[in-house]
Amino acid sequence: MATITDRPAPSAAPPKPAKRRRSKAVSLSERRPGFTVYGILIAFILGSAFPFYWSFLVASHDDATFTAEAPLLPGGNFFVNAGRVLDTIPFWKALGNSVIVSGTVTVSVVVLSTLAGFAFAKLRFKGRGPLMVFVVATLAVPTQLGIIPLYMVMAEYGWSGTLGAVIVPNLVTAFGVFWMRQYIADAVPDELIEAARMDGCSMIRTFWHVCLPAVRPAAAMLGIFTFMMSWNDFLWPLIVLNADNPTMQVALEKLQSGYYVDKTLVLAGTTMATVPILIVFLVLGRQIVAGIMQGAVKG
Amino acid sequence: MTTELSVARGRGSEPRPPRRDDNDDIGPGKLSWRYRLTNLDVKVSPYLYIAPFFVLFAAVGLFPLLYTAYISLFEWELGADEQPFVGIDNYSTLLADSQFWNAMVNTFSIFAISTIPQVIIAVLLAALLNTALRGRTGWRMGVLLPYVASLVALTIIFGDLFGVQYGTINNVVEFFGFDRIDWQAERWWSHVAIATMVNWRWTGYNALIVLAAMQAIPRDVYEAAWVDGASKARQFFSITLPMLRPTLIFVIVTSTIGGLQIFTEPLLFSPSAGANGGATNQYQTVVLYMYQAGFQSQDLGYASAMAWVLFIVIIAIAGINFLLTRRLASSGEA
Repeated sequence: MATITDRPAPSAAPPKPAKRRRSKAVSLSERRPGFTVYGILIAFILGSAFPFYWSFLVASHDDATFTAEAPLLPGGNFFVNAGRVLDTIPFWKALGNSVIVSGTVTVSVVVLSTLAGFAFAKLRFKGRGPLMVFVVATLAVPTQLGIIPLYMVMAEYGWSGTLGAVIVPNLVTAFGVFWMRQYIADAVPDELIEAARMDGCSMIRTFWHVCLPAVRPAAAMLGIFTFMMSWNDFLWPLIVLNADNPTMQVALEKLQSGYYVDKTLVLAGTTMATVPILIVFLVLGRQIVAGIMQGAVKG
Repeated sequence: MTTELSVARGRGSEPRPPRRDDNDDIGPGKLSWRYRLTNLDVKVSPYLYIAPFFVLFAAVGLFPLLYTAYISLFEWELGADEQPFVGIDNYSTLLADSQFWNAMVNTFSIFAISTIPQVIIAVLLAALLNTALRGRTGWRMGVLLPYVASLVALTIIFGDLFGVQYGTINNVVEFFGFDRIDWQAERWWSHVAIATMVNWRWTGYNALIVLAAMQAIPRDVYEAAWVDGASKARQFFSITLPMLRPTLIFVIVTSTIGGLQIFTEPLLFSPSAGANGGATNQYQTVVLYMYQAGFQSQDLGYASAMAWVLFIVIIAIAGINFLLTRRLASSGEA
């Protein structure tokens, strides 16, 4: 990977042939990549997309045809199977539940993380250092492993089976606080906060009018990641919810568990559950990519 | 706070009293109530802002973990009338439990088969994405597609693809003249199948993290190498890889913490096996065994002991990694 730059080459370098200047000099290659690079990438992406296609393919046939002929093109039976999914599991309810759970968790995590991040990044108070160290230390703690007492508490207070039982344990994340603190430390100049304080803003007004507008992009990213994590959460909802009031993931599991599994029915369900996520991805994919490249961590 | 000054003089004729920082020493008798309020605001606000996180985390993160340790010292059957104290019996039973060790071996085996190829492919993929592609964002989104999809849905789809009799993957295997593979019954192949799901999901995501690190490498280093006549391959192995080391460690560690808790894939891999992880537990992982012991056999004490052992293993690995990273950071030239 030889480099191309718009800066003058070091004097010791032999004169390079003139290169086309590009507005964004981010490339590390001498020229546009060749057919091979595109070929490999296309193969990789086709591999990534294949399971989705497969899911839809199976879902669009009926069970007998599929077993007998193993077709490679979609049939016209998808809506029949989709109808059977709606009869078998409370699909719309599960979808609504997932939206409620993920939405609530997302709002809570973003608001509380931004508040705490602001305090850690910009305010001086006793114990700030040790408390932040504590937050960072909890990043590596797999909270999943605390599910047994959580379950007992939920059973004790009659919360089992309710959405609250899924929401409450996820209202804060250490990752969120850490992420917002890092961003606020860089994005909000101290002078701006000083100025607001001089003008007589209380702390909360300073936060509201100075900090919040500046951190919107980071908050949006945290929101997207939190939503996705919460949407895909499975172990805890599986334990605490029942088949009548499931999230999307739990409903899918119930669809699959049985002695005779009708593939077309199950894969119609997975297809239907995947569509909303794909739509969100098409709309927000750019931000998700940017978020990961800025150093997002697995939750 | 724009309350009126309590001094009733001609409006506006008074200059505002200077605001003071909380660190100011001011003489006694000059403390207006408003100053005190501001002082209070400065002192208390930070704690109010971080309180929700700490209170909630204590309740739903820290307390459950510690309480898990407490439960693990009892014979704690779900719904039983009493829970006798048994000390470390659960732990000694656990360490003599062949099913537990089997689950540990499975977990590490699946983790190894999934992490090693994944990191290699992620680096190569990042190198490809780091060229002057047309439509960069599109390609990046493309490799990220598996990461956003629902894990449960995809595991079910993969379970179908890996089917023994009608599975597409076996059709391909047969097409190339090999024997059909029993992906579910054979221990090694079941690990490969589950690791494939993990790889399929995370490779693109990790490639983007590596890509970000690649772009942060200063270009004059490459320029100097280019001037010295280093080939592209040489540049990759002598510059890119060493510079990526911290990022690769980070990727490996996050994969470790996630990989040791693998649960969804083995649970849903075969609809009939459920929490057994196969007829002979050939692909049962630790968290899956914990789930089975706690929520199907209702033996919460035993499951809690398992949770704690796994917790200690994860923390130990994270700690080892932290030391490694620190050593590398101090010895590295970057």
